[in-house]
Amino acid sequence: MASIDIQSIRKSFGTFPVLHGVDLTIRDGEFIVLVGPSGCGKSTLLRMIAGLEGVTSGDIRIDGKRVNDLAPKDRDIAMVFQSYALYPHMSVADNMSYSLRLRRTAKEKIASAVGNAASKLGLDPLLERRPRALSGGQRQRVAMGRAIVRQPKAFLFDEPLSNLDARLREQMRAEIKKLHADLRATSIYVTHDQIEAMTLADRIVAMHAGVVQQVGTPLDLYDRPANLFVAGFIGSPGMNFFEGLYVVSGEKAELRLANGTVLPVGKRAGIESGSVATLGIRPEHVTLNDQGALEADVDLIEPTGFGIIMHVTLHDGPLKIFTLDRSMLNPGPKVRVDLPLERLHLFGSDGNRVD
Amino acid sequence: MRTSKLLLTVAHRLAILAYIVVALFPLFWLLKVSVTPNDLLYSEGVRMWPSRATFEHYTFVIAHSAFPTFFKNSLIVAGSTAIAVTILASLAGYALSRFNFRAKYWIVALMLITQMFPLVMLVAPIFKMLSPLGLTNSLTGLVIVYTAFNVPFATFLMQSFFDGIPKDLEEAAMIDGATQFIAFRQIILPLTLPGIAATLGFVFTAAWSELLFALMLISGNDAATFPVGLLTFVSKFSVDFGQMMAAGILALIPACLFFLLIQRYLVQGLTAGAVKG
Amino acid sequence: MTIAAHPHAAKPLRKRIADASEPYLYSAPALILIITVMLVPLVLGISYAFRDIQLLNPFSGGFIGLDHFRTLSEDQAFFRALRNTLWWTGASVFLQFFFGLILALLLDKPFAGRGLAQALVFLPWAVPSFLAGLNWAWLFNPVIGPLPHWMYALGIMDAPNNILSDPHLAMWGPIVANVWWGIPFFAITLLAALQAIPRDLYEAASIDGAGPVQRFLSITLPFLAPTIAITILLRTVWISNFADLIVVMTNGGPADRTQIVASYIFTQAFKRLDFGYASAIALVLLVLLLAYSMLIVVLRQTLLNKG
Repeated sequence: MASIDIQSIRKSFGTFPVLHGVDLTIRDGEFIVLVGPSGCGKSTLLRMIAGLEGVTSGDIRIDGKRVNDLAPKDRDIAMVFQSYALYPHMSVADNMSYSLRLRRTAKEKIASAVGNAASKLGLDPLLERRPRALSGGQRQRVAMGRAIVRQPKAFLFDEPLSNLDARLREQMRAEIKKLHADLRATSIYVTHDQIEAMTLADRIVAMHAGVVQQVGTPLDLYDRPANLFVAGFIGSPGMNFFEGLYVVSGEKAELRLANGTVLPVGKRAGIESGSVATLGIRPEHVTLNDQGALEADVDLIEPTGFGIIMHVTLHDGPLKIFTLDRSMLNPGPKVRVDLPLERLHLFGSDGNRVD
Repeated sequence: MRTSKLLLTVAHRLAILAYIVVALFPLFWLLKVSVTPNDLLYSEGVRMWPSRATFEHYTFVIAHSAFPTFFKNSLIVAGSTAIAVTILASLAGYALSRFNFRAKYWIVALMLITQMFPLVMLVAPIFKMLSPLGLTNSLTGLVIVYTAFNVPFATFLMQSFFDGIPKDLEEAAMIDGATQFIAFRQIILPLTLPGIAATLGFVFTAAWSELLFALMLISGNDAATFPVGLLTFVSKFSVDFGQMMAAGILALIPACLFFLLIQRYLVQGLTAGAVKG
Repeated sequence: MTIAAHPHAAKPLRKRIADASEPYLYSAPALILIITVMLVPLVLGISYAFRDIQLLNPFSGGFIGLDHFRTLSEDQAFFRALRNTLWWTGASVFLQFFFGLILALLLDKPFAGRGLAQALVFLPWAVPSFLAGLNWAWLFNPVIGPLPHWMYALGIMDAPNNILSDPHLAMWGPIVANVWWGIPFFAITLLAALQAIPRDLYEAASIDGAGPVQRFLSITLPFLAPTIAITILLRTVWISNFADLIVVMTNGGPADRTQIVASYIFTQAFKRLDFGYASAIALVLLVLLLAYSMLIVVLRQTLLNKG
């Protein structure tokens, strides 16, 4: 097991920059999830750690040793690919033992390592099969087995669950978590799925356009998003935003929207009165209340089974509300809502959070 | 509606049948004459099958002509060429498929050019070059020339097969501890077996059939390949039609066998290429 | 000492060189062979065109400038061969393409036994070209072949003669053999392109009310057009260089009526051993084919720009 240290890593393809200086320190045994929309550079970063992409500038250290110029085979890491990348012409057992055979490990040792990994993942009855004869979930398991047999310094996962259906993805997600609890191996996991990020990560690294936006525990990112991007990316349905002027009057502060609406916000230290700001509130934090301060027109009701997503118009602006109250399936044309002060997020004109 | 659809189906099958008949009839005629006894050859000229069949032409060709030598020479030349080309083309095709390097564009251009210019243009210079090296009238010389002629197309063919194999597999192998070359040999090549079969078959057939350079570079029976041998045979025994056709049928067998084995893969390889570009 | 002082800098450099040379190592064997056996002779061949090179004449080899080309400009046999080449190439390419396209369309429909039918109709391609030539020469031979008798019976010919010895018809012999032999190539290429057309386009067109002819004209043909263009270009060049069938079937005769430029070059080199003159003709052929290819490429570009 190992720590991984990434220092001001940059990457360009030709003249096209994809990573603009990433710094990240991953502790031994930590489960890190790189999350962001497609094209944000998360996969590139992972592939650079693996050695599959060259480093334009900056340093990558594994256990303190600079690995920039090491071939993938010399970095002692394992990787699970989105496509699984199982060798089609080898049996499951041969797939899993390939790395050990390349290292000329003794036969008995290989057998016991493969046996251990197979029993951990429930692959024992499949060992002689070819990948073609396996279901998607089984292939996924073999890919994980191939990674764990050789007990590498770190595991890299490149969107490993994207090709599975929703039910299987849920199940594998739990298995990966269990496996990590069991092995305590340093892991870096790339996904665009925020549920995977929230459920698996010790710490999440949110990325956008080649820049790290925020690093923190899942609840950090959910409760205190560092900027508009993270606020909008984490959480489903996504956060509501209102743009307006932040104005302080005495002990109170408010946001004046373009259409004249005034929304009270708590007074903040990091922002001056009169500057442009964006207010954010999660749909699940909007409260429905007959005595609510604001009136909204109901546009659309989306029952999810577990709860209800309401699309309403609040002073010419769209607002999403998530509620568990079943009576809201037939709310009538108008509802009254509150935006509780303690649940409001405020972002300055540069998009960064202000408290 | 129903009947018109039926008619269309019938017309479609008949058209296919017509193509099959046209494709096979010349070969069938070859076979027919080769088993017709000499005394029936003229009296039963246009009959579809002789009233009495015989293998005497085959036994004569095999026992009393230089045919076995030609056959052996062609087998050696075509076999060695096929193997050499497949090795070279796999390596070059892999480089074109997997690496981005500065000279790639020029290599592709060079290979395309070799497909465009008239090979007859090379007849004289190649003869002049090979002759002082003692490579005229030698099977080795033929193998070298044929290998060079076939490498460009085979490279493109192999490249299209490599392009069809996900890059993830090598990356997984490299992370598992392989160098790129080991990943190529242990992971990628075994998966390209259909492509290798197609290339082997294609080149074998091409080398088996080549006529002009064999005529130019080979004189005398000892190193003659099948095309050369058969042509001398034709000019020498031009009335022994039964024997010539028996020899023709025998020459056809290896090429056709190879073709039937690999034609599925060949279409597949060309399809992959066509889809790509 | 400086190297020892910078252990970090030395290693990446070595590694960088190793990395950069890897693709060249893979392609070097093929490249070296192509350059020595094709490119060097090509350059030599071009130089021969300006030299007096006769294999059996030890005093030949001198530089003679444009003499070969002067002879060539008065060589009636060459101009006849040029006309024959046009005729041979045009007819062969057109018929191969026409029948190849129909075959590809027929094979594009799924039906029971398609795999077998495909293997059988593509079989002529595997027949060695010299054997295809011999085979058809025999078929046209009234002594053992049925074709003259059939054509006589159908009233196409006045008597069951060998068309290969009739100066007016002889060219049709190699052309027929060439078409028979070359249909599979067109069919395979076009079939591959046909199968790459997304099926839902046809379904969408049917739903929109397009009949089979409209579907062919509005979907199939535009999708095939690039493949057709490139295949015809390559095949035209290839067939005009393709002398095997003619050498085997007629050897240019009767009375040079089937002599094409490629077989003429071969005759000059092989029979007369006049390598210099043969190379001069080859150079002219090369220039003509290059001009033709350029013309097609430019035409295509202007058409594309207009569209």
